[in-house]
Amino acid sequence: MTARPPATGYWIGFFVVLGLLIVAPLVLPAFWRRFATEILIWGLLAMSSDILIGYTGMVSFGHSAFFGLGMYGAAAALLTVRPPSLWLALLYGLVGAGVVAVFVAYFATRLRDIYFSITTLVFSQIFYVIIFTWTEVTGGENGLTFSQPPLSIPGVWSGRFTADTLHWFVLAIVTASYLTLRRITQSPFGMVLQSIRENEPRTRAIGYHVERYKIVAVMLSGLFAGLSGVLYAIQNKFAAPDFVFFLISGEVVVFNVMGGMGTLVGPVAGAALFFLLREGFSRFLTEYYLIPVGVIFTLMVIFMPQGVLGLLRRPLNR
Amino acid sequence: MTVPFDLLLVQMVNGIVSGMILALVASGLTLIFGIMDVVNFAHGELFMLGAYVGTTTLVVTGSFWLALLVASVTIALLGAVLQITALRPLLGRDPLTTILATFGISLVLQNYALWQYGPVARKIQEPFTGQFQLFHVEYPWYRIVIAVLSAVIIGGLWLFMKYGKYGIWIRATTQDRIMASAMGIPVPLVHTGVFAIGAAMAAASGVLFGPLVGVNHAMGLDFILKAFIVVVVGGMGNLGGSILASIFISLLEAFASIWMSPAQAVIVSFVVLILTLLFRPTGLFVPTPK
Repeated sequence: MTARPPATGYWIGFFVVLGLLIVAPLVLPAFWRRFATEILIWGLLAMSSDILIGYTGMVSFGHSAFFGLGMYGAAAALLTVRPPSLWLALLYGLVGAGVVAVFVAYFATRLRDIYFSITTLVFSQIFYVIIFTWTEVTGGENGLTFSQPPLSIPGVWSGRFTADTLHWFVLAIVTASYLTLRRITQSPFGMVLQSIRENEPRTRAIGYHVERYKIVAVMLSGLFAGLSGVLYAIQNKFAAPDFVFFLISGEVVVFNVMGGMGTLVGPVAGAALFFLLREGFSRFLTEYYLIPVGVIFTLMVIFMPQGVLGLLRRPLNR
Repeated sequence: MTVPFDLLLVQMVNGIVSGMILALVASGLTLIFGIMDVVNFAHGELFMLGAYVGTTTLVVTGSFWLALLVASVTIALLGAVLQITALRPLLGRDPLTTILATFGISLVLQNYALWQYGPVARKIQEPFTGQFQLFHVEYPWYRIVIAVLSAVIIGGLWLFMKYGKYGIWIRATTQDRIMASAMGIPVPLVHTGVFAIGAAMAAASGVLFGPLVGVNHAMGLDFILKAFIVVVVGGMGNLGGSILASIFISLLEAFASIWMSPAQAVIVSFVVLILTLLFRPTGLFVPTPK
């Protein structure tokens, strides 16, 4: 394999965007500060599903299950363990999402294309029904509320979350996840995933165990989705069954299509675009903002399947 | 715990009735999939809008049967328009894009219904309220009529597909799109027609089902999910399979709800899906994998 050309332009862009996101909470008014943090969290969820949609060619309609289990896992840690610990919440959330991911990965990867989509959708509904009806443990329809854990680095420093530190904390995790996922997509493993997307029978013929790769891809994706669920739980101090419902999964797919699949940052941009559109339209359409957003989404599927950042797909994957 | 025999029998009738409605929805879905590889995510919304058009017509005309007809025709037209505007440009692209496009459409339709009709559930008055004695319960005749009507519609579809000229066009297009077009069959028109038929069936089941539950903007969600399960369990694109699977799953859910709440009984159909995926990934009623 020949040496890649240096991706200087990419890294300049990366640090400029990162710099802007770091200073964002210092310059933005309170509403938009929270907005930026939320976009990062949803962006991480969308990014995690991009591993499946954009890189492996499997459209998951079940990411709400991983996201929701991350939330409920964090809730479990924050409600049962005293004193509440941020890192334990992360751990519990990842374990919760991971267990679900193993389950979903094992069954759903037996099917291809739309069958995979439908199966993931049905699986997320299984968890929705369980969470919705198991009121004693999950709080049922009302969900669970808890207090925010302190931001602490064990043995070094501890303090309460402020809007700024929460933003930076989320930003750090999202950036680290992005770099990890990017590294994974460029690794030999990621290359196999992309070759599954391009031509599955041929990948199998070369001798790769396609199912095994798919299972790992779904589990990986589920873990990062769970991570975003934990972040959302920490930001909003509650876990609710609505976030396990498949409309969330649908929105994740919308983020991916709008932003550009197969770029990792595209879905984050898609999430930003979606929330901006929502803000814009709900000014005069209140809760019916999904009508114009749905129309825009459908038009983009037909006329602009690459998404907003689709044109940058090559440089972004350098 | 022993379960009285008559309770089992009542639940069996319930299961068959809801199974027939589900079969009506699922056969439209599987017809559309079979012929053009489109997974119609908006099918539940067509079902829901059909029920709403039914309520409006019922208020204006007072006739349930007219409402059924008007709803079917209106939604068939809507389906044709949707197919021409949103799905025709996607022909030949990855089938996954059709999921995305129809998902977008379903968002629009669902929120449109919420905007137009409001969040309060509406009731469709059943056309007759007679009841008959089924062991210890008074069982409404209307439910039996729904099941029979659904069976008649599905039977009509089957006859049409088997003997009608256009039905043969549809089957030919399903088998080989290019060959059919070479034989002079207007394939794009067949696609639009099939989508319209599927939409009309969804609308008809919406109106028929309306009196049993309230008509609200989210009613499509529950149904589409079940229809998807049925269609996967029955084998996608397999009309007979999805009808059998509808009845099978509805029966199981009806029996399960003897012991648990109806919300939890849904899990039974999920388990059936998982087992099917494990042992017969191409569907229970498909003999040979493609």
